[in-house]
Amino acid sequence: MGLGLLASRTLRTTTILSKSPRIFASQDPSNALRSIVSTPELQNPEAAAAAQPNPTPDLPPRTPVAGARVHLPNPDDAIEVFVDGYPVKIPKGMTVLQACEVAGVDIPRFCYHSRLSIAGNCRMCLVEVEKSPKPVASCAMPALPGMKIKTDTPVAKKAREGVMEFLLMNHPLDCPICDQGGECDLQDQSMAFGSDRGRFTEMKRSVVDKNLGPLVKTVMTRCIQCTRCVRFATEVAGVQDLGMLGRGSGEEIGTYVEKLMTSELSGNVIDICPVGALTSKPFAFKARNWELKGTESIDVTDAVGSNIRIDSRGPEVMRILPRLNEDINEEWISDKTRFCYDGLKRQRLNDPMIRGPDGRFKTVSWRDALAVVAEIAHQVKPEEIVGIAGQLSDAESMMALKDFLNKMGSNNVWCEGNDMHPCADLRSGYLLNSSIGGLEKADVFLLVGTQPRVEAAMVNARIRKTVRATHAKVGYIGPATDFNYDHQHLGTGPQTLLEIAEGRHPFCSALLNAKNPAIIVGAGLFERKDKDAIFYAVETIAKLGKVVRSDWNGLNVLLRNAAQAAALDLGLVPESGKNIESAKFLYLMGADDVNLDKLPDDAFVVYQGHHGDRSVYRANVIFPASAFSEKEGTYENTEGCTQQTLPAVPTVGDARDDWKIIRALSEVAGMQLPYDTPGAIRSRIKTVAPNLLHMDERDPATFSASLKPDFCQKMSLTAFGTTVENFYMTDPITRASKIMAQCSALLLKK
Amino acid sequence: MRTTHHANVRSFRLSTRSGPFSLLHPQNLLHISSSASSSAHFPPKKMLARLASKRLLEIRQVFRQSPQTSRSLSTALNYHIDSPDNNPDVPWEFSDANKEKVKEIISHYPSNYKQSAVIPLLDLAQQQQGGWLPVSAMNAVAKVIEVAPIRVYEVATFYSMFNRSKVGKYHLLVCGTTPCMIRGSREIEDALLKHLGVKRNEVTKDGLFSVGEMECMGCCVNAPMITVADYSNGSEGYTYNYYEDVTPKRVVEIVEMLRRGEKLPPGTQNPLRTKSGPEGGNTTLLSEPKPPPCRDLDAC
Repeated sequence: MGLGLLASRTLRTTTILSKSPRIFASQDPSNALRSIVSTPELQNPEAAAAAQPNPTPDLPPRTPVAGARVHLPNPDDAIEVFVDGYPVKIPKGMTVLQACEVAGVDIPRFCYHSRLSIAGNCRMCLVEVEKSPKPVASCAMPALPGMKIKTDTPVAKKAREGVMEFLLMNHPLDCPICDQGGECDLQDQSMAFGSDRGRFTEMKRSVVDKNLGPLVKTVMTRCIQCTRCVRFATEVAGVQDLGMLGRGSGEEIGTYVEKLMTSELSGNVIDICPVGALTSKPFAFKARNWELKGTESIDVTDAVGSNIRIDSRGPEVMRILPRLNEDINEEWISDKTRFCYDGLKRQRLNDPMIRGPDGRFKTVSWRDALAVVAEIAHQVKPEEIVGIAGQLSDAESMMALKDFLNKMGSNNVWCEGNDMHPCADLRSGYLLNSSIGGLEKADVFLLVGTQPRVEAAMVNARIRKTVRATHAKVGYIGPATDFNYDHQHLGTGPQTLLEIAEGRHPFCSALLNAKNPAIIVGAGLFERKDKDAIFYAVETIAKLGKVVRSDWNGLNVLLRNAAQAAALDLGLVPESGKNIESAKFLYLMGADDVNLDKLPDDAFVVYQGHHGDRSVYRANVIFPASAFSEKEGTYENTEGCTQQTLPAVPTVGDARDDWKIIRALSEVAGMQLPYDTPGAIRSRIKTVAPNLLHMDERDPATFSASLKPDFCQKMSLTAFGTTVENFYMTDPITRASKIMAQCSALLLKK
Repeated sequence: MRTTHHANVRSFRLSTRSGPFSLLHPQNLLHISSSASSSAHFPPKKMLARLASKRLLEIRQVFRQSPQTSRSLSTALNYHIDSPDNNPDVPWEFSDANKEKVKEIISHYPSNYKQSAVIPLLDLAQQQQGGWLPVSAMNAVAKVIEVAPIRVYEVATFYSMFNRSKVGKYHLLVCGTTPCMIRGSREIEDALLKHLGVKRNEVTKDGLFSVGEMECMGCCVNAPMITVADYSNGSEGYTYNYYEDVTPKRVVEIVEMLRRGEKLPPGTQNPLRTKSGPEGGNTTLLSEPKPPPCRDLDAC
């Protein structure tokens, strides 16, 4: 496209226009020959006339940019503006840029980001507004009733071109060695709106690169000072480390003192940086974005189920990026989600293996491995068979595991993290009932034994957003920990909880006066012996503060693992509490965080999983399984939203999907499970938990805790513990990841 | 892709600030060119070497045109480098007298806008420290106004009058803005630097003097001018005086007078001028000004 010629063209038309509009309207043939213009209106007098103040009513409707929606809470507050002559109704308070988006006109921008505060310093979004003497920065200009906005006039085009020339003045021309190349806003917009030459002949400036830690690579010379990263760090991540230092042409982004970005969301600055100044350090020089295949999947490293895109090249996962989901992760993901992918390439289990008498593993065929396991499973008593699902298990495999063990005559199956006495009867007892997006409506938070910043970084980001927007109060009961928002540390254990339940605590008044109070209980409490008493106390507080109403359910449990919610929905509840002590045949489906100290020495342990992690040391037989990036699996997140992973890369070695392994084992063991396809296993799931088939939907728990019987148990007064010691290493994948190891080394050093 | 944006040889990416580190620094180039010509033993190579050295000469000349290829930023680096006397672990606190002043300054602002006091407090801290702001002083200010330290660093790096490295007891600031530049501020700076034997933003060995550059101070009518920030008496005896109509000779005299501790009346250094008046007395408006013409109200 000859967009570059736009420069001379625009300059010409402006001068012509200012002198005599008639010449412009009469199509000068030489003019038409010399230039190629992207907008036909300039060539076409009729269309140009249509863009004049009198809007023709039969303009074709336009589709808003990127699904921009207008929500008019109060129709009286709506105002009408005209974008290129096209009338559009928007609520009061919207900016000119947003109005243009609703009208289907994409305005170029660098500093404006819909989730950050408005800076208005890149000037790329200049548009012409009628009766305004100068072009206005549309991102910072509120739309006023009857405003006539023109986005493709010569004035607007020339303004953008000028801004682009200034931005490129100090920007190095190193696109061929820049990691942002191909997905760079500056590259794209200079193609669309820039000139084909610059007039700057001085020295380009250069800026010292900053060390922001093992995740974010900086090439600060490429920075165009949009301050998106500064605003992100200050507003969303809540770590005020980055700032704009110096002034004028010496301006640069930095931390001033040598400081690493210590946020669990720091990877998002890579996405919001419109140029190649902040790029992914582990991904540096690995691949170009057009070589990658994107697979829309979900994250399993915590219970949030952030929507991600797995970018792969051939059999290798190259990087993980967030996907927009307003209800769950907005457009951010945690560093663990983003950078755990290199763990998928290390420590993988390739082949079925059996531990020989010498204590060493020997690779065997699937047939042999399955036969050995089936034989042993028949030798032990049914009640000595125990199955534990790991924290990354999908619903299909958990269903298969439960069905298989039930067929073998055992019901000792549960999911790690859920403890052995989970309360799976009422869904409201283990879900985040307010929903993650719904937390924004809350005005008082009570966090009981949970550290959301490390347990579920995206939920924490949502709480922080709420606290920032509405100054909601946050009370916290648990061990001292880092928060990135204002909070009151009420106490460390059940004592404080009881005080609040009995109305003796000063925080009660805040709870009672709140309109939408939210209580969030950490799933770490599931492991306490007195958890029923604690939950009873929490429910008392809920009753006291009217937390559960017909229009608001603020009694939440924040789960830790991706598998927990689905496991409870599927009823993975063991029969007896002390089953590990008496187990003779233990089936670990990716369970690495179970304490196996009490397991009898003569117990036979089958480990089915994708990583050679903790449990492999005790395993007798290893079944290699596929990881979340290699299979289609159903996961339910902590708020009860069912989502699916999709295979992005082929499995390694001879590994198989989890449910298929169990299905094969059941056949070898002579008690074949009645499903052969994912469809068939899902129809089996439908009979147990139909909500697990409603993809991308959140099924709220219908009955609340009111059905629960009153319970009186002695509460022990030991303080609540820390659930997640190391944010970066929580599951087999992240423990195998080199990048996560670097991060946790920094964490420990701090 | 865009076509060539900058064809000029000067658009090479150079480290603008750290002259000596850059490969294409004139001195380094000199070295390269001499070694290239000396190693030319064979005729074809000789020719090549001659061509190369000629090219390098051209490049050198480009640099010679602008002797200061680095941007003349009035402030030093935009980031902090730890040194024994300037690192976050050095304890720093407002003196007791200044603590009262801090209270007074903060009382000018609403309690929820404490951060508005950042500039006066930084100024106070700078006076107390003898003309410069160590990073721990900025941290102390951040603590007082209850913001993240980076918000204070942003302000301190923005304003060129906050010195983030040590300055002399007398910090001499040469105005470098256009009117002063036209009237010879470059020569004045050169004279100062040569006399004191330092580079810009460096402190003399005795710790008495340092030279910096600043932007227009509004004395263009008496250009060129320098400012002497006198930190020799702490924040109590702190003065910030303008010396106008200076010449390279006069600034050296001023420096010597300051060194001897003599008091020197600020203002124009041209004995023929009175304040901003013209040299040798007025040339216009010599008579009593006529009263403004008034309407004859009675005529109405």
